[in-house]
Amino acid sequence: MKIEGKKRLWQQYQKEIAGDRYFYVRSCVRQNFFPGAEAVFLKIMQDELGKDVYENPAHTSCTGIGYHCDIVPFDTAMTVVARQFSLMAEAGYENFVTSCITSFGLYSEVLETWNHFPEKQEQAARFLHEATGRPFARPSNVSHASDIIYKYRHEIAARAQYRLVNSLTGEPLKGVEHIGCHYAKMFPSKGVGGAEYPYVLVGMIEEWGGEVVDYPERRHCCGFGFRHYAVRANRGYSLSCSRKKFESMQPYKPDFILTNCPGCPMFLDRWQYVISEMEGKTYGPGNEGIPVLTYEELAGLVLGYDPWDIGLQVHQVSVEPLLKKMGIAYDPDGKYLGPGGKYLGRPENPANIYFV
Amino acid sequence: MMTKTVAVIGGGPAGMEASKELAFNGFQVVLLESGARLGGHMNQWDRLFPNKRPAGEILESLYRNFPGSITVMTETNITSIGRNADRFILRTAGRDVIEADALLVCTGFRVFDAILKEEYGYGIYDNVITSVDLEQWFKEKRPVLTSHGRVPATVGFIHCVGSRDEKSGNLHCSKVCCVTAVKQAVELKEKLPEARIFCFYMDLRMFGLGYEELYKESQEKYRIQFIRGRLSEAFENMDGSLMAKVEDTLTAKPLRINLDLLVLMVGFLPSDGTAAIGSLLGLTFNPNGFLQPRDGHLQPHDTEQQGVFLAGSCKGPKNLEETLADARSAVLRIRQYLTN
Repeated sequence: MKIEGKKRLWQQYQKEIAGDRYFYVRSCVRQNFFPGAEAVFLKIMQDELGKDVYENPAHTSCTGIGYHCDIVPFDTAMTVVARQFSLMAEAGYENFVTSCITSFGLYSEVLETWNHFPEKQEQAARFLHEATGRPFARPSNVSHASDIIYKYRHEIAARAQYRLVNSLTGEPLKGVEHIGCHYAKMFPSKGVGGAEYPYVLVGMIEEWGGEVVDYPERRHCCGFGFRHYAVRANRGYSLSCSRKKFESMQPYKPDFILTNCPGCPMFLDRWQYVISEMEGKTYGPGNEGIPVLTYEELAGLVLGYDPWDIGLQVHQVSVEPLLKKMGIAYDPDGKYLGPGGKYLGRPENPANIYFV
Repeated sequence: MMTKTVAVIGGGPAGMEASKELAFNGFQVVLLESGARLGGHMNQWDRLFPNKRPAGEILESLYRNFPGSITVMTETNITSIGRNADRFILRTAGRDVIEADALLVCTGFRVFDAILKEEYGYGIYDNVITSVDLEQWFKEKRPVLTSHGRVPATVGFIHCVGSRDEKSGNLHCSKVCCVTAVKQAVELKEKLPEARIFCFYMDLRMFGLGYEELYKESQEKYRIQFIRGRLSEAFENMDGSLMAKVEDTLTAKPLRINLDLLVLMVGFLPSDGTAAIGSLLGLTFNPNGFLQPRDGHLQPHDTEQQGVFLAGSCKGPKNLEETLADARSAVLRIRQYLTN
């Protein structure tokens, strides 16, 4: 592997990422999948970095999942997107930040469509007015929240309480990164590092002391793929996609998997449990799995946030092996306690995969 | 009558052949080449298809009897081209001024930059090379080894890299890559008799005499395996070998294959000189960026600019026979123009 070749490509794919005053739109599914992730993003941006991040509770689903499942027509999606932008402008913001990769892809697709087909923009503005009476507006910048964390990775490193370094050996921890398909595969220029060798998560891992390992099936789908999972009969296909990735990455002995999409961490996390139940196979050392994190969760760990405050207890693959490697002091007894010490309940022990 | 002067722009095979023929026809010739030496891409090539003739023989032939009357200016970049009555005034970056009665543009081609097919990993994965790299290995008589010093057991040739590829923005066929791949595969098999060699192609365009025979021989004698399917992407395995994902479109099955060496058959694109000189002269470009003659059938050397003529692969992909014949044909047209 010639790292210079990758660096040359990365230099070609640098995008403009707004520095402050963000209008933040949440994901439909992430608060169920990984409930702490978005809260960590807001905490980092507001409390650590002092940025202005605004949320409007009136914002809705972008319709991206429905659009990609052929349930929501594109004209409808464009009108919904126009409404989100209108909410942003009404609040006095111009920089649109999405939590979800599919949303990011859809917003980018809509804006590109409007750039190339002005009549579609006029139509969306008309539909928006007829449906809501709202004025039409466009953002001056659209970024994914992982772009923002990437932009401020140095500032996060400067505040780091822990690094991605094995506290016993001093060796960098090895991470594999998985980028959501809709981040850059549709529009390579809209992703940091492009589509084939994205840099957005690599930049974070490297800045925080870790080492990225490439593996043959890095670009392969995580297994979400919408129709792979949304159509029940296809779920075996979803599982086989994830399995293919695990088999490919296992020889590289990664300490963690880092993701930036709602679906990827869900499937790379949950399917490890399913495979362990079906085949008795696990992909970490011994019977451990490979911990799967979102970029906000990883940033939170680096900043020293309590792993149970940021929701890591709801991961299927236990994160404790990673916490130990990073030397993070955590309270094992606090894992299943919610706010105010309320006991959340403990899942049943799986048969084969290491679980705490 | 004063001897007329022709400025030939580009010192590859077309420019050299045309210069010689123009000089033999009694014209003053100024041959302008942006590179350090004449010969163009031939300097990088070891052997030619279909008969594996050494490229050096052709170069030697081009230099043989090269008239001393030809003014050769290498490392010369033209910055402006103007007219004074019927004469062209060429100015160079070195502040030279050349006057000529006719211009022959022979600015040729460049090969596709394989880095742009990011998913194939050229410049990133250690064992991905181009057809030009492999030819250079042959020319330098380098042993064919992987980056880890191993003799490759499996080698894949990928046809149409940067040609017939909408994603790359190049819709044209580069014509010569198919037969070049067959030639190189055979040469590689001669060097590595134990290796399994695969060619992944869209369709094979064996248009020249002897090409089809070479293709047949490559299968029957050398056991080169041809798989109809385009590479979708390549990855590096832990040991530095490559995993290629291809669809075998004849059996309609996706295919994953481990290869020790991957050779990308890079296509023809208009050279930077073709783009620059074409723009300086206000010539017409075809949709693929090559220079467009006034009439491809009937006036293949003429342009809309009186006194400006075209020859060689600045007009589109050509093999060497076509290039040299085109150069000679252009000389006849220029002679007709300057003597009438």
